[in-house]
Amino acid sequence: MIAIADYGMGNLRSVEKAFQYLGQEAFITEDPAAVRGASHLVLPGDAAFGDAMLNLRAAGWDVAINDHVASGRPFLGICVGLQLMFATSEEMGQHTGLELFPGRCRRFPAKERVPQIGWNQISIQRPCAILHGIEEGSFFYFVHSYYVEADVAEESVAVTDYGISYTSIAARDNVFGVQFHPEKSQKVGLRLLANFAALK
Amino acid sequence: MLAKRIIPCLDVKNGRNVRGVKFSADIDAGDPVELATRYDAEGADELVFYDITASSDGRSIVMDLVQQVSERVFIPLCVGGGIRTYDDVRAILKGGADKVSINSAAVLDPQIITRSAESFGSQCIVAAIDALRRPDDGSGTPSWEIYINGGRKATGIDALEWVDELVRRGAGELVLNSIDADGTRDGYDIELNRAVAERVDVPLVASGGAGTTEHIYQVLTEGKASAALAASIFHFQVYSIPEVKTYLSDRGVTVRHYEP
Repeated sequence: MIAIADYGMGNLRSVEKAFQYLGQEAFITEDPAAVRGASHLVLPGDAAFGDAMLNLRAAGWDVAINDHVASGRPFLGICVGLQLMFATSEEMGQHTGLELFPGRCRRFPAKERVPQIGWNQISIQRPCAILHGIEEGSFFYFVHSYYVEADVAEESVAVTDYGISYTSIAARDNVFGVQFHPEKSQKVGLRLLANFAALK
Repeated sequence: MLAKRIIPCLDVKNGRNVRGVKFSADIDAGDPVELATRYDAEGADELVFYDITASSDGRSIVMDLVQQVSERVFIPLCVGGGIRTYDDVRAILKGGADKVSINSAAVLDPQIITRSAESFGSQCIVAAIDALRRPDDGSGTPSWEIYINGGRKATGIDALEWVDELVRRGAGELVLNSIDADGTRDGYDIELNRAVAERVDVPLVASGGAGTTEHIYQVLTEGKASAALAASIFHFQVYSIPEVKTYLSDRGVTVRHYEP
């Protein structure tokens, strides 16, 4: 059973629909305690980093996420969900994140159109369970103004170019984060979600 | 590399897709759910649903279509047409759309852009404009005027000044509809797109006038648009999306090819 964290931000239904389309049992929950019974946890998000962290903490999601990750069960952050997994962000002031990965979120350099909106490619840096069957150079759908800068090279599984080369997939053990929206990335995105759902 | 996007637009009236010429609609062009499914299989990069009845009944029909499409189509879905209030924006996003396209309402009350972008993030707030080219004043510099209410009402607002304000207020993307070019299949207004692209830093979607693959190529290169929106050439199968993308990639434009 896949839990999708609802902390008042983002289009969660599309994530749930994508898992259901894949024949997976998924549910959206506002209650962090409900995650204890889930095998997998997904943290989506489309909001500003600071507001998102405030909402997560206010509802106790930060503790629930840490417990889930510590238990070794699979965890996936999507878009701002990935950014929140890092230590800090400079989006509208300085903010502290969930600190699952050392690193920070930065705004794209001014030479590119911001937000980045559209389909961009991933360049795979190292093998990763959620990339099984996904080709180098595959296009995923991205929408974001900030990107993550990972401090630990081994945790940067795929990178994407947009003015700079940045981490578009971060992973360590059973903890994964993707900057793009797999639930909006057609076949290749569904494959990634199916890979995640298949993890034990 | 970020790909240039090809976006089919479905103009929905009474649950059917229709096409317009110079903003007056009404040739039946098929079932929107069927069309959306076909475009998804062809590798459309996004879909836009435009409610051209712009009434509350029309809205619920469009949202019902979006619901149906989103069960099996996993690409971004944008809804526009007849949005009047912040509550409309909220309802559309809650109803399953990924983005909302706001047009006339922003002219009548620009706060709708500010407030929506603050609440939901710029990434899902698209500002659309309907621009009509002004008669040549002899200066050699083209200019455009903003129209509202489906291109029927002139506002006296200069289009280039207006896009600055829309971006300042938090619009994350702009759709530029050329009233002159709409439905003519004579090509996009390249100068309009280029003039806006050089002023603002958000992505631009060119709209109105697509008749050939060359038109699409021109607006994505000379016109500097990030994406090209088209309706009738796709609805009536003048071109398929793969044909357009192959034409573009043969000429060095980065696009995403898709095999279902």
